[in-house]
Amino acid sequence: MPLYRSGAFVTDDWTFLTDDTPLPATGAVGVSRTRFLAERDALLGRTDPVGVMLTAGDTLAGIVPDLPRLALIALRFPKYGDGRPYSLARLLRERHGYRGELRAIGDVLHDQIPLMRRCGFDAFEVSHPSTVAALRDQRVVAVRHHYQPASAEASEIRPESHPWRRVSAPHL
Amino acid sequence: MYRYDEFDRAFVHERVAEFRDQVGRRLSGELTEDQFKPLRLMNGVYLQLHAYMLRIAIPYGTLSSRQLRQLAAIARDHDRGYGHFTTRQNLQFNWIALKDVPDILEKLAAVEMHAIQTSGNCIRNVTADHFAGAAADEIADPRPYAEILRQWSSLHPEFTFLPRKFKIAVTGSPHDRAAIQTHDIGLQLTRDATGALGFVVYVGGGQGRTPMVARKIRDFLPERDLLAYCTAILRVYNLEGRRDNKYKARIKILVHESGEAAFREAVEAEFAALRDEALDLPTPERDRIATYFAPPPFAALPERSVVFERAIAADPDFARFASRNAHPHKVPGYAIVTVSLKPVGGPPGDATATQMEAVADIAAHYAFDEIRVSHEQNLVLPHVRRDDLPAVFAALRQAGLATPNAGLVTDIISCPGLDYCALATARSIPVAERISERFADLDRQHEIGDIKIKISGCINACGHHHVGHIGILGLERKGEEFYQITLGGSGDETCTIGEIVGPGFSSRRIVDAVETVIDTYLALRTSPRENFLAAYRRLGEAPFREALYAAAE
Repeated sequence: MPLYRSGAFVTDDWTFLTDDTPLPATGAVGVSRTRFLAERDALLGRTDPVGVMLTAGDTLAGIVPDLPRLALIALRFPKYGDGRPYSLARLLRERHGYRGELRAIGDVLHDQIPLMRRCGFDAFEVSHPSTVAALRDQRVVAVRHHYQPASAEASEIRPESHPWRRVSAPHL
Repeated sequence: MYRYDEFDRAFVHERVAEFRDQVGRRLSGELTEDQFKPLRLMNGVYLQLHAYMLRIAIPYGTLSSRQLRQLAAIARDHDRGYGHFTTRQNLQFNWIALKDVPDILEKLAAVEMHAIQTSGNCIRNVTADHFAGAAADEIADPRPYAEILRQWSSLHPEFTFLPRKFKIAVTGSPHDRAAIQTHDIGLQLTRDATGALGFVVYVGGGQGRTPMVARKIRDFLPERDLLAYCTAILRVYNLEGRRDNKYKARIKILVHESGEAAFREAVEAEFAALRDEALDLPTPERDRIATYFAPPPFAALPERSVVFERAIAADPDFARFASRNAHPHKVPGYAIVTVSLKPVGGPPGDATATQMEAVADIAAHYAFDEIRVSHEQNLVLPHVRRDDLPAVFAALRQAGLATPNAGLVTDIISCPGLDYCALATARSIPVAERISERFADLDRQHEIGDIKIKISGCINACGHHHVGHIGILGLERKGEEFYQITLGGSGDETCTIGEIVGPGFSSRRIVDAVETVIDTYLALRTSPRENFLAAYRRLGEAPFREALYAAAE
């Protein structure tokens, strides 16, 4: 599936495993939270990176202490209208200081990507054809002026002395 | 009034460009209607029975004459020459072409207005007391806080896809004119023992098919914690609110199902964690916003106005108008004026382009250029010299806007109902019109006194019937409209959900039934000073039920 990261489509270097697929000896792997909690030691014992997939409705319980050792967290949007992953993303970035890749998966569409980005997502798995095209052609017309700080502080300018105003870069 | 700076202007223009792009993608077929729907809703565009409807945000109901004139121009150029003021202090145009919407939004942006978040499962237009900054009983002006909340909630990246819509109301007076306890969050300005400003916080009020009065979850929230605390409430709701059933998705259901104590605990825990992260309200920023709402340059005037008193004595029509539509102002020599949008036999809340322009002219000439929209679907001139009241009355009369019925039986709140709305099960505007015709006699209206009739054309309760002193709910059974009556509801600081008195009435009989309720009240009140609600609370529903149904039994 096309993966958009840091302003370009890139080859996905991760393998996402179902709960009953055997763990490969090498390579970056992503697993469900359930599997991560069950096989934590084996997973973290590997030399290659480990990631966890969460879906809307999951909590961060159990994985917070291991966040510094996770290289990827993928949050699934079952429907674009399910807003729970936005809050999970902000909690990961702002409350728990997670610095690895935060990937949006599932129903990821053109008009939600700017919001996801502000909430700390930095990678997007996109299957919707016109969303792929819009990202490729840099046609995502987004509002760049914001009235609240979020999780994209590093990439946003804080103008004047207004405490909550932010301006994001012209292109994703 | 709040004025846009370069940043605010850039924000709305970017939003217009974004929406123009979205409309273009819909019209080209790139977006399906299903994918477009939440995008258009986020900008106030609904698909109604006959056409697209555009709902324009009027933040906390505050307008300048320039803005009202622009709304009149849009009504003329893009609609059928009128607009409909809503119970959330907004304006709806009911006959809009989708392709025109981006241009209309440009016109709005030119006068510092927009349609952002007037619909969708997001934080809606923040409402406030329509007498803010003018009311004699005000502790502090709620508008700066409403503006701060408006900005903070605008295109909030985390809270744009909530389980369901989310409404916030703010009041600065102990007498609640903003119906805060029927909102998802209700904020009441208050002072603590040291005199510091803060808020009483209510959460989980709402109407719809499961009406609930909000719970008080904080007795005192210091003002600097306003945004952090609201973020905590919204985050708990976004993560925990139900998404399996849209009728159980409002925060009131979460509060109810978690229990008040557990909900409060979750919010307080999130708030405690958030406090370290940012979002406090620094005094300079509060002051910067508050400066926009500084009082206009009031003249030093005596409390009594000779001009006013002479006019009262000379003109009974003016006296009647003044007794209902002029209200006490905090500054001596001034009054607040309600401009009724409830003419006898007319749809509640409608105003023609010509009427909007007339009000704009009056406001510019007599009222420091300020107009308010009330949630009771009237307009308000918040600052009028008492000396000018006779002239204002004459000008309003000229425009057909001097109906002296504020707070009376014909000052009815009604949703658009089946005449416009795709969700409605019955007509509501024609019922409102027929009730106002039945009670057209002004002497009789003034004799009946304070009473609030509210009509909804379906169970979603947009006409706020649950909190009407007399509430009317239009339903449908076997292809026939019928109307259920609730009594004793109230949306003020004594917030109460009305009680259903018994079986519904046919469209033909509903006006008679309302008259029976009112005649029963008139016969049983202790004196004209005991208003309908007070009498109902003393008597209970029994005498009303008996009067309504005895004949049938």
